[in-house]
Amino acid sequence: MKDGAEDKAAPGRGRAAVRARLWEPIARWMFLAPAVAYLLLFFGYPIVENIVMSFQQYTTTTFYTGAAPFVGLRNYTGILSSDLFARALPTTVLFTAGSLAGQFVLGLALALFFHRRFPLGRVLRSLLLLPWLLPLVVSATTWRWMLDTDTGVVNHTLRGLHLLSSGVPWLTGTSQALASVTVVNIWVGIPFNTAILYGGLQDIPAHLYEAAKLDGAGPLTSFRRITWPLLRPVAGVVLVLGVVYTLKVLDIILIVTGGGPADATETIATRSYELSFQQFEFGRGAALGNVLVVISLLFAVVHLRANRRALEAGSTGP
Amino acid sequence: MKRTPTRGRPYTIAGIVLLALMLFPVYWMVNASLQPAGDVLRGAWFPLHPDFSGYATAVHDQGRALATSLVVALGSTVLSLALAAPAAYALALLRPRGATPVLFGILVTQMVPGIVVANALYGAYNDLGLLNSHLGLVLADSTAGVPFSTIILRSSMQGVPREIIEAARVDGAGRLRVFRSVVLPLSTNALVTAGLFSFLFAWSDFLFALTLNTTETVRPITLGIYDYVGAHSNQWNAIMATAVLAALPAAALLVVAQRHVRAGITSGAVD
Repeated sequence: MKDGAEDKAAPGRGRAAVRARLWEPIARWMFLAPAVAYLLLFFGYPIVENIVMSFQQYTTTTFYTGAAPFVGLRNYTGILSSDLFARALPTTVLFTAGSLAGQFVLGLALALFFHRRFPLGRVLRSLLLLPWLLPLVVSATTWRWMLDTDTGVVNHTLRGLHLLSSGVPWLTGTSQALASVTVVNIWVGIPFNTAILYGGLQDIPAHLYEAAKLDGAGPLTSFRRITWPLLRPVAGVVLVLGVVYTLKVLDIILIVTGGGPADATETIATRSYELSFQQFEFGRGAALGNVLVVISLLFAVVHLRANRRALEAGSTGP
Repeated sequence: MKRTPTRGRPYTIAGIVLLALMLFPVYWMVNASLQPAGDVLRGAWFPLHPDFSGYATAVHDQGRALATSLVVALGSTVLSLALAAPAAYALALLRPRGATPVLFGILVTQMVPGIVVANALYGAYNDLGLLNSHLGLVLADSTAGVPFSTIILRSSMQGVPREIIEAARVDGAGRLRVFRSVVLPLSTNALVTAGLFSFLFAWSDFLFALTLNTTETVRPITLGIYDYVGAHSNQWNAIMATAVLAALPAAALLVVAQRHVRAGITSGAVD
């Protein structure tokens, strides 16, 4: 706010000063304007347009005739009452909850492990990030092949260990497929969880642990009394981001199972994609996409609250 | 501050085992890419006799897609930085009226699913003739890079000492001059981080490539792999070789720019 004081320092010193004062905010906005214009075009417009489309019968013919008749809430009622949604919703919830639980628990376990200092720890921790950086298409394709019933390495190993005689239909069994895509998504998300939670652990002052040790606290007690309470804010951010990212997941499911078998891995996101880009029902696809946005927004509110605290802490810092 | 005491070798061994488990799929991808065609399905555990025919096929079939990805990713990196750097400067140091809502809006963009953006862009692109174009894909792919880069650069620029800026202002430097000669050079690290991630986001994009392309004209490598799996699921060595090639930027990033990767992940989440 120092720049605001600068404006007041020269109260009306002729026309030049007036012009300078008018020019001032414009000059500052010039730096911001290109990015804001871009964000308005590529986020603002799509959001508004999706809302409009969701009330229209917007299909392939719209591209030729330009006609998109207003249909009121019919897209929404059609979708929300459909079997597809009734199945996609629980699938989305299971996929998201399963992914989050797995990512968080394993991510936290790895973060706690790497929190101790040992030779090569740093290098190993960095290499651990690789799954998160790989293009999802690459990871998903590899997993799809690893999980193949007949030729995949997973069944190959299980058979080799004589754990089972026939292969598990990881991708083609209706009950296994959802578990499989969840596992793949967990694998992709672990590095992110580990990295953030590790950062959180590093911020906990070591002397607290020493004091607890002097008081005779064991590792479990010090985790419950020190680590967990102090890690909670970071854990909250990780979990909310996890929800927001997992709800959007499309690549992994499309590639690993394609939504099948028998729609067992169709989530709200994949359904929205199919409605728009395979059945060319853009209006209904938009309606379903908006349902997804509303769910995300509910979590976003939580996220932004947590963020605002982080931002305020950041701006009052040095 | 005192650190947790150093532990010995058992931890290192346990760490290597954990890492090996986590990275097994990556190993398996590389291993498969080095098997001769057909033999892959037998699943040899080690590429004792590496066979590069998979790579030959991959480069022959997907070379163009790799080039397309490179062009699009570089374009998106340039665009993201060009938009984000001045915006971050304004948000961090100029603070014009309305900066807070803009920052809020940038955070909100992270909640918008790509499918929602793609759904609306398809119609607009159709009207504007941007479907199946490099420009269209660069613009759409930057929806990840622009907000991310702005956030990273903003937090870095907030650390630029005010005294340096004031001194430059006293010397008669305008805002643009301060931005170019003072703030940008002091933000090199953040610029590298933001650029690397913008590149990686665009390189990895699948959704926009899938939805905003209706022909074969502009086909990045992610789409190449996706179609490859459908069309040649018996040529796993070539598919996996393509996957390895597509994974190279990420791997290179991790080796060359570890510090930036870590910075990118943490500031992406906390800020």
